[in-house]
Amino acid sequence: MIHSLFVINCSGDIFLEKHWKSVINKSVCDYFFEAQTKASNPEDVPPVIVTPHHYIIHIFRNKLYFVAVLTTEVAPLFVIEFLHRIFDTMVDYFSECSETSLKEHIVVVYEILDEMLDNGFPLAVESNVLKELIKPPNFLRTIADTVTGKASGFGATLPSGQLSTVPWRRTGVKYTNNEAYFDMIEEIDAIIDKAGIAVTAEIQGYIDSQVKLSGMPDLTLTFVNPRILDDVSFHPCVRFSRWESEKIVSFIPPDGQFRLMSYHIGSYNSVNLPIYLKHSIAYREGSGGKFDVTIGPKQNLGKTIENVVLQVQFPKTVLSATLTSNQGKNSFDPVSKLMTWDVGRIDPAKLPNIKGS
Amino acid sequence: MTDSKYFTTTKKGEIFELKAELNSDKKEKKKEAVKKVIASMTVGKDVSALFADVVNCMQTDNLELKKLVYLYLMNYAKTQPDVAIISVNTFVRDCEDPNPLIRALAVRTMGCIRVDKITEYLCEPLRKCLKDEDPYVRKTAAVCVAKLHDINAQLVEDQGFLDALKDLLSDSNPMVVANAVAAISEILETSTTAQPSLEMNSGTINKLLTALNECTEWGQVFILDSISNYAPKDEKEAQSICERVTPRLAHANAAVVLSAVKVIMKYMEILDIHGDYVTMLVKKLSPPLVTLLSAEPEIQYVALRNINLIVQKRPDILKNEMKVFFVKYNDPIYVKLEKLDIMIRLTNQGNIAQVLAELKEYATEVDVDFVRKSVRAIGRCAIKVEQAAERCVSTLLDLIQTKVNYVVQEAIVVIKDIFRKYPNKYESIIATLCENLDTLDEPEARASMIWIIGEYAERIDNADELLESFLEGFQDENTQVQLQLLTAIVKLFLKRPTDTQELVQQVLSLATQDSDNPDLRDRGYIYWRLLSTDPAAAKEVVLAEKPLISEETDLIEPTLLDELICHIASLASVYHKPPNAFVEGRGVMRRSLPRNQSGEAGVSDLTADVSPPPAQQSTVIPGVDSLIGDLLDMDIGGPTPYQQQQMMGQIPPSVPASTGAVDLLGEGLDNLLGGGGGGMDTLGGLSDIFGSSAQTSSYTPPQEVWLPAAKGKGMEVTGTFARRNKKIYMELTFTNKAMQPMMNFAIQFNKNSFGLQPASPLQIQSPLPPNQSASTSLHLNTQGQIQKMEPLTTLQVAVKNNIGVFYYSCQIPMHVLFTEEGEMDKKDFLASWKEIPAQNEVQSTITNVQHNADTVSQKLRNNNIFTIAKRNVEGQDMLYQSLSLTNGIRILAELKIQPGMTNFTLSLKCRVQDIYPFIQQAFDQILHN
Repeated sequence: MIHSLFVINCSGDIFLEKHWKSVINKSVCDYFFEAQTKASNPEDVPPVIVTPHHYIIHIFRNKLYFVAVLTTEVAPLFVIEFLHRIFDTMVDYFSECSETSLKEHIVVVYEILDEMLDNGFPLAVESNVLKELIKPPNFLRTIADTVTGKASGFGATLPSGQLSTVPWRRTGVKYTNNEAYFDMIEEIDAIIDKAGIAVTAEIQGYIDSQVKLSGMPDLTLTFVNPRILDDVSFHPCVRFSRWESEKIVSFIPPDGQFRLMSYHIGSYNSVNLPIYLKHSIAYREGSGGKFDVTIGPKQNLGKTIENVVLQVQFPKTVLSATLTSNQGKNSFDPVSKLMTWDVGRIDPAKLPNIKGS
Repeated sequence: MTDSKYFTTTKKGEIFELKAELNSDKKEKKKEAVKKVIASMTVGKDVSALFADVVNCMQTDNLELKKLVYLYLMNYAKTQPDVAIISVNTFVRDCEDPNPLIRALAVRTMGCIRVDKITEYLCEPLRKCLKDEDPYVRKTAAVCVAKLHDINAQLVEDQGFLDALKDLLSDSNPMVVANAVAAISEILETSTTAQPSLEMNSGTINKLLTALNECTEWGQVFILDSISNYAPKDEKEAQSICERVTPRLAHANAAVVLSAVKVIMKYMEILDIHGDYVTMLVKKLSPPLVTLLSAEPEIQYVALRNINLIVQKRPDILKNEMKVFFVKYNDPIYVKLEKLDIMIRLTNQGNIAQVLAELKEYATEVDVDFVRKSVRAIGRCAIKVEQAAERCVSTLLDLIQTKVNYVVQEAIVVIKDIFRKYPNKYESIIATLCENLDTLDEPEARASMIWIIGEYAERIDNADELLESFLEGFQDENTQVQLQLLTAIVKLFLKRPTDTQELVQQVLSLATQDSDNPDLRDRGYIYWRLLSTDPAAAKEVVLAEKPLISEETDLIEPTLLDELICHIASLASVYHKPPNAFVEGRGVMRRSLPRNQSGEAGVSDLTADVSPPPAQQSTVIPGVDSLIGDLLDMDIGGPTPYQQQQMMGQIPPSVPASTGAVDLLGEGLDNLLGGGGGGMDTLGGLSDIFGSSAQTSSYTPPQEVWLPAAKGKGMEVTGTFARRNKKIYMELTFTNKAMQPMMNFAIQFNKNSFGLQPASPLQIQSPLPPNQSASTSLHLNTQGQIQKMEPLTTLQVAVKNNIGVFYYSCQIPMHVLFTEEGEMDKKDFLASWKEIPAQNEVQSTITNVQHNADTVSQKLRNNNIFTIAKRNVEGQDMLYQSLSLTNGIRILAELKIQPGMTNFTLSLKCRVQDIYPFIQQAFDQILHN
C-alpha cells in the first residue's frame, strides 16, 4: 500500500512529507532526483521508478511532483489515480494546488492526507465526506472564528454520507433555487494530411455537471443516438445496469461539481470536423521557409466558431518566424519554438489566414 | 490567518518556547502550539524532544486538538516508547466513547503506533471494534488488523483475528467488506502461515461479487485483485464471474478498469477459446484499453506496459486499433517509446503500409532516442512482415540519404539484421551503404558495416580497401569492432585468397601479438591455426551457413508471460519481471494461469509452486542487444554444438605442434571431442558410457549437449536417458571447461509430466579439475510431483555447483518410460482394443526400416513393447502389441509389415491422445537403431 508521500517542487525541495506507516527517510527521494536529472524535461521523468528497497511512483502537476513511496506490490494505476485524487482534493479545498497554497494551509493539508488514507488504504476520498470532516478554509469562517474566538476545523459527528449506499451525496441538502447545469466538452484529435484532408479523427468527450438540487434527486439523461459512443465510463453514481439495458443514464447526483461521464468516439465513426485547415508549409535548407495557413468553418449549423487558437510546434532548427495574420494576435516563442495564434471568432465571410516566413 | 506563519519560527529557543506554550493553561494557546509542532514535523524537523508535553495535551474533549496529538503520536511514539505508554489509557477509554468517530479514530491511531507494549493493550479494544455496531468503526478495525499483523504477525494469528477478519467478508456493509479484502490481501502478501485460514472459496467469492457493485472505487480494486487470485472450479463458474466483472470495464477509475481486465484475461484461459463468449469478451476488452490511452500520461504509461503484455498473449484484442498507438507530438518520451513497441507487435501485412508511413515520420523527429528506436522499428517490421521487407528497405535507404549521422548508423545496424533474415536479396543496396562508411563512429554501427562487408566480400570490389581503411586504427577500436574486423578479413581472405594475403596476415598479427584482449587473441589464434592447417576446413567453419535470425527477438518467454498476465495492473506488469525477481525477502507466491482442463489426463497439479525457480529453455531467443554478440560468436562456433562437431570433423587430431597456441588449442579440441560424443574412445572418462550402452540391449539415444559451456559458466553437461534392469537412468557427463576446479554438484528436477525425480543424490567425482570430464548414471524414479509440460516430454533440470545454479531443459525419450509390466493377455488386449473408441485410433508410417517382422518384434521387446499376437493377412504381417507407461497409461499398437516394403504402418490406440506423437517417435527411433 502507499507508504509515504513526498511533495517536491521544481527546484528539488521536499516541502511536505507524510508517512502512513513507519517513517521512511527522505533520502529515498535521491533515486527520484537521479531520474529527474536524467530527463530533459520535467514531464519526462518516468512515472514508475524502482529502487533497491522501494518503488517510487509520481505524478507531475502544476510544477509539483507528488511522489508516492511503496514497499509492497501495489497496482501502480491505483497509486496514480490516488495521487490525482489528492491533487484534485487540494484544488477543491484551496482553489489551486501550488507550493504556496499548500504551505499556507499545511495543517489542513496534513489532516486531509491523514483522513484520505489509513495505513495506505483509502479511507475518505469523496469531497463531500472530507469537507464534513475537515472544513475547508474560507473567508467567512475566518471572520466568524475571529469574532467568536473559537476555531474548530473539525466536524465532531460522523459524516452522514460515509456509509450510505450513496456515499457521494450527503443527506439534507437544501437549495432555494434548484438548478443543474451540464457542460459537454468534446476534444477532437485529428490528423490532417498534406492535402488538408483529415486522416484520422477521434473524439474524447466529457459531461461535467454542476448540480444544486435539494433532497435526493434521481435524474435521467437520454441520448438521441447513444450508439455512436464507443466506450463510456461513468461516475460511480450512474446505474450501470440501466445503461446496459436501455442506454439511459440514470443517477442520483453528488452535490456540487463533478464529471458525470466521459466517452470516446473512435475513428470508425465518421467524425465531422467543425473547421478545416488549408496549409502550405515548406522548409528550405539553411535559408528559411514559407508558412501559410488558412482556417475555415465547416457545416457550422448557424453557430459561429469562437476562441480558436492555433499552435504550431516548429522544428528545433527554426530560429525565428515573422508571421502576419489578418486577424487576431500571434506570437512566437524562440525557446520552445512554439507559435501561438489567437484567432478568436471565425467569420465565414473573411477567412482568417496567417502567412510568413 | 494562514498556516504559513508556523514555518517562520526559526529562532534558536524554538523548542523551549513551544514547550512553554504546550504547558499553558489556555486551550487556544495549546492548540496553536501543537499546530506549530505539526508544521515542523511535516517538513521533517525533529521535534521529538517535545513528546511528553504533547502527549499531555491528549486528554481533551476538543476533537481537533485530539486529532493533532494523534498525528504527532503516530510519528514519534517509536522513539519514546516509555512515554508513549501513558497514552494507552486514553486510547482504551476512547474506544468506548459513544461517538463512533472517536472510537474509530482511537483504534486507527493505536494501530499506527508501532510500539510492542502498546500493541498488547490494543487486542481487547480491537476485538470489540471488529464487532462494533457502527460499520465505520468495523471498517477501520479491519484495516487495523492488517497494521497489527505487520507489527506482530504471531499475535494476530494467536488472537484469532484472522477468523474475525474472514467473518467481516460476509458483512452487510460493502465498505467493510472491501476493507476486509484489502486487509486480507495485504496479510497474504507477507505471510505464508495465514494462507490456509484465509483461503477463498466460491462462497466468499460470491459475496465479494455482490459487494463489488456497491463499494467505493478503491474497494473495487481490492476486490477485483483478490478475485483474480481465485481459481474457479470450472468453466461455468469462470464465465459467471466474468459476466459480473465486465461492467467494471466502464468505470471512470483507470485502476478499476485495469484490475477488471486482469480478472478477465486470467479467466479467459479457462474458457473455451473458440466459444462465442470469449469472442464477445475480446470485443469488450478493446474499447476500455483504448480509452485508457486518452488519460494522463502516467496512466497511459502503465496502461501501455500492460497492453504490451496483453497483445503478446492475445493479439486479436487490439488488432484493429493500430491507430490509437500512433505517437502524438506532445507525448512524453516514455509514452512514445512504449507506443512504438506496441505498434511493432501489432504490425501485420494489412496495416504495414500505414505503420511504415508513421515510422518514417518518426525517424525525422528531433528526440535522438526516439528516432533511433523508430529506425530500429522499421527494421523489425521488415523482419516480421516478409512482404513489406522491400518497402522497409527502401524506406531505410531514404533515411540514409538524409545523412543525419545517428539515423544512418542506426539504419546500418538494422539493415545488417535484414541481411541476416533475407540473405541474398537486398545486396544491391550495399553500394549505398558503403558511401556512408566515413560517417560511422559508433561501435555497433561500425561492427555491423564490417560484418556486411565481410559477408558479401565477393560482391564488393573494393572490400579489401574498405577493410584496410578500418584496420589503420585497429588498436583504438572497440573490442566488438576489432573482433568483427578480424572475422570479416578472414572471410574476405577465404573468398578472395589471391590478393588479400597480406591483409589477413596483418590483422592476425595485430590480433595475436599486439592485443591485450584474450578473446581477440584466442580468436586470432584459432583462425591462424585453421588457415595454416586446412584452409578448406576453415572455409567450412567460417563461411558456414548461418541460421536465420528469429522474427521476434524480444518476445517475453511464454511461461514468464503467463505469469505476468496474472499480475496485470501490478508493478510486475510495469517492469515485465515476475514479482519474486524484485520484491526482496518475501515469500511471494508465484501465480500461474489456470488451464483448460477438459481432455487432459493425469494432470492435476495446477496450484502455484514456490520452490523451483523458472527453468530456462535451453534455446533462448537472443535479445536485441545480444544479437551482435551472437553474430560474432557464430563464426567460430562457440556456443553452437553443431558447429563444434563440424569443426572437430574437419581437423585431424594430430595437429602439428609448433607454437604456444597449439597446447591451448589441442586441449580445447580434446574436450570438444569429449563433449560432442563423437564416439572415439580416446578419452577414458567417456568409455564407460559407451560400454554401458553396449551392455543393455535397449535403445539409448546418443548423448546430446544439454547445457553448453557458454551458458554454464564453463560447465558443459551432456547426457541421455537409458532404461536398465527395470530402472530409469539419466546418463550425465560433466565437463569442466573453466579454469578452476568445480565441486559440490547437485541436481534437481522441476515438476514434469511423468513425475520423474532423482532417486538418489548425484554421485560424481568432485572436485572436477579443469579440462576434465566425469560421467555418472543418475537413478530416477517416477514418484515426483506431476505437472503437465508443453511439449509433454520436457524435463526442466537445475544443476548446481560451486559456481552457480544453471537451468536447462531436455526431452525425455518416451521409451524409457515403457515398463516391463506392459505385456497383456490376448483376451484383455482384444477387449481393450474394442473398448477404446475408433476415433482414438491414429495411423502413421515408419519409413525405411530394414528388418523383418521377427527382428522388429525382438527389437521392440527389448524396449518393453510386447508383441501379443502375430497374424498374416493377405501376405502382410500384422503385429499386435501393447505397452504401458510408468504412470499406468496403456497403449495398444498394431504394426503392419509388408514383405519387401520398407515402410511400416503403425496404428495406435489409447485413451490419452496427447502422447501419440511421442510414442510414434519412440517406435521410429527404436526401429532405426
